[in-house]
Amino acid sequence: MSPRVARLAAIATAAGAFSGLFGVGGGTIIVPLLILWFSYGEREATGTSLAAIAVIAAMAAGAHALYGNVDPLAALLIGAPAVGGILAGTALQQRIPERAVAGAFAVLLVSSAVALVL
Amino acid sequence: MEATDLFAALAIGFAAGMAGGLVGVGGGVLFVPGLVIFLGLSQLEGEATSLLAIVLVAVVGAWRQHSYGNLRLKDGLVIGALSPLGVVVGTVAANAVSERALELSFAAVQIVFAYRLARRALGRREEVASPP
Repeated sequence: MSPRVARLAAIATAAGAFSGLFGVGGGTIIVPLLILWFSYGEREATGTSLAAIAVIAAMAAGAHALYGNVDPLAALLIGAPAVGGILAGTALQQRIPERAVAGAFAVLLVSSAVALVL
Repeated sequence: MEATDLFAALAIGFAAGMAGGLVGVGGGVLFVPGLVIFLGLSQLEGEATSLLAIVLVAVVGAWRQHSYGNLRLKDGLVIGALSPLGVVVGTVAANAVSERALELSFAAVQIVFAYRLARRALGRREEVASPP
């Protein structure tokens, strides 16, 4: 395993652990590590994070579906407007400075940390 | 289901997608309460169903970022494919130390990340990227 793949594996392990332990996506772990450790630009980190999350969530959703806990209609009801939201969000993200993305992420991380502590 | 609940679920879905597009997260933090409170799912069903909605959003978001030139697909797929390692590590950790210790540890890591990202946000100047 090359050093780069080993570091990606470390991000994957942290994201998987966070996701599995707290029932959320791994995005709050993946994005900062890609920026701070791999010197990704903010936009690249968020785009790449989404690809990783798609794989992580697909595996987890598949496992939950085996137990009959996935409601496809409800997923579509909340997911369809979310697709509209992400088209708008990614378009907006291209038009703001990358440091604004970093700032927004810092706020998100503080909120997440507060939620974990409370 | 009442019309107001349906409208609230649609609005939360849109907000979750918008946030996901801006900062590159899946939106599960908003999906789960939206599904439980407004669409009447149980907490477990909400978390499981949220994951399916996340797949939809993350695939579309990654595709858009790809066309904007912001996707390193190979790295993303490697992280995704290796993430089950983390589930194993997380399970072992959950049995070795208290859940409270894990919560506080992750919160501390997130505060460190927040500090370093905030310094980037405040300390660097750059031009706005030109829209494609």
